[in-house]
Amino acid sequence: MLEAGNVSINYGKRRAVVDVSLRVAPGDLTAIVGANGAGKSSLLRALNGTIRPSAGEIVLDGKPLSSYSRRAVGRRIAVVTQESLLAFPVSVLEYVLGGRYAWSGSGTWGWESERDLEIAAAVLRQTELENFSGRLMNELSGGERQRAVLARALATEAGILLLDEPTANLDLAHQASMLQLVRAHCDERAAGAVIVTHDINLAAEFANKVVLLKGGHLIAAGTPRDVLTEELLSEVLEIKVLVDAHPLSGAPRITPAHELRR
Amino acid sequence: MAWSRSPAHFIPKLLSKDNVNQTATTIGRNGVAFERSARATLRKTLVVCGALAVILILISIIAATLGSERLPFVDMLRALFTAGANTGALTATQRAILFDIRLPRILLAATVGASLAASGASYQALLRNALAEPYLLGISNGAAVGTMVALVFLGANEWTRPLMAFGGALAATFVVYRLARGRAGATPEKLILAGVIVTTFQSSAIVFITTLMDATRIRSFTFWLLGDLSQATPRSIWIAVASTIVGVAALTLKARPLNLMMLGERDAFDLGVEVERVRLQVFLAASLLVGVSVALGGSVGYVGLVVPHLVRMSTSGDNRLTIPAAALAGASFVVVADTLARTVIAPRELPVGAITALIGAPLFIYLLKRR
Repeated sequence: MLEAGNVSINYGKRRAVVDVSLRVAPGDLTAIVGANGAGKSSLLRALNGTIRPSAGEIVLDGKPLSSYSRRAVGRRIAVVTQESLLAFPVSVLEYVLGGRYAWSGSGTWGWESERDLEIAAAVLRQTELENFSGRLMNELSGGERQRAVLARALATEAGILLLDEPTANLDLAHQASMLQLVRAHCDERAAGAVIVTHDINLAAEFANKVVLLKGGHLIAAGTPRDVLTEELLSEVLEIKVLVDAHPLSGAPRITPAHELRR
Repeated sequence: MAWSRSPAHFIPKLLSKDNVNQTATTIGRNGVAFERSARATLRKTLVVCGALAVILILISIIAATLGSERLPFVDMLRALFTAGANTGALTATQRAILFDIRLPRILLAATVGASLAASGASYQALLRNALAEPYLLGISNGAAVGTMVALVFLGANEWTRPLMAFGGALAATFVVYRLARGRAGATPEKLILAGVIVTTFQSSAIVFITTLMDATRIRSFTFWLLGDLSQATPRSIWIAVASTIVGVAALTLKARPLNLMMLGERDAFDLGVEVERVRLQVFLAASLLVGVSVALGGSVGYVGLVVPHLVRMSTSGDNRLTIPAAALAGASFVVVADTLARTVIAPRELPVGAITALIGAPLFIYLLKRR
């Protein structure tokens, strides 16, 4: 269980996040939605200790996050960011094995154990990358590479996943399969996940909790149906939107309505 | 790249021109697929390092026989294995040449090579750029300034020189890191510019200190600046050997977190690496290696570029293998280069740095153009 209590983050005089509280419970997939600069990524970065909050506290399993070593945090919280090109060639397998670093002990002389290799093989299967294990990361397509980033996060066996716009560079099919994997991970392993995304429809479809941020303030939090309303979204995103039900899933479906502004 | 799967074979095959070219092009396009068995393991590391250690010993023994006074091979071996006891295998002069001049020099060459190659590999990982190299980054020059300050102002004590060189290397490392660092690692442009700025600044310091010296010492100094291993003595060599072992071991122990930092510091932090601490430890160890090697052997260039590159190309990019293997291969490389330096125009000598630059500069250009 990861909890942010009244967290504020300041960059100099700029207040990026103001007094936000958030709870990441097992099985929850929480989407943070907001305009650019709303403080979504800052909040996410505070949740794993990359950024120290200026006020408030992050609590992980009952203890302040700052009291954990980096390695201990790495075993409990995994981060998925947007894939990027790497300066050195590295195979997909090696990349994914990086997720096992926090578990390394002195028994293997700094090398991966058999168990590490088994876990890597399992997550590669899970992300349908088993045939890519020997390929180099930079040779993969954007979608494959993003799956490898997710595979590495899964390899940490962390109970909490933080995803920062993981679908931004993906096509429609890959966006959905990415979130399906995360959703399945939350359901089957009782993991908690927080996803920062601009894709409100994906959030509506897969998340069971949505948090709306505007100018660093928490505007609303709750189920997609409660939070993703025309009024709230129009306020947060500063653009008029239409919300109806998705014809198949019944989840809220958001359509921007630029022309209606006139 | 089938050959890379059996580490025991990579060395002879590496020497064949075809293979070098082939790997160079495949790596240039970011490599071909390699199988799971090709990944570095503890066993593979031990095999590769063992093979490289044997090669280093063989090269060193051959180097010991070569020179203005050729030592008979068998007699020399006998003298070596009886640790210098007077068995009558060699004459007194020959024994003095072997134990007081040649062996210290070979040991110094080996430690300088190991230090520069291992620190080069680490700088490359830390700056996330395969062009990082202690000499090109101005770190060797920083160590040179430290050495000269110690020599001119503090008296030529055996300990002050390496210590001041260590300090100079550390200062240069921090400055270069601050200048070159960017969010996505150091771009080659920034890196080279940072190196140029640091180098020129220190060159002016070197010129300034040189003017304070008396004229007779200046020549030997310019020689030393390009790498001069002839000053090795049986006493001073142990400082180099000890610091090299400590430094290379420290870097090897940090190789796994370095692997992750090489792919991005923020990712490494997320995965549980104490990034700041590892960076500091690597800076300290690498600066120690560069500092001591420069204090005793001058600035030998390009070793830290050539050797890690060849090791990565022929085995793996995993620092757990690259760093110790580069240390051993670097040792052999500089022993060979120094043997050439003292034999090709005998009885006169070339600075060993001239030989390594002759090999390294073209490779640097190649790497720069390949991107």
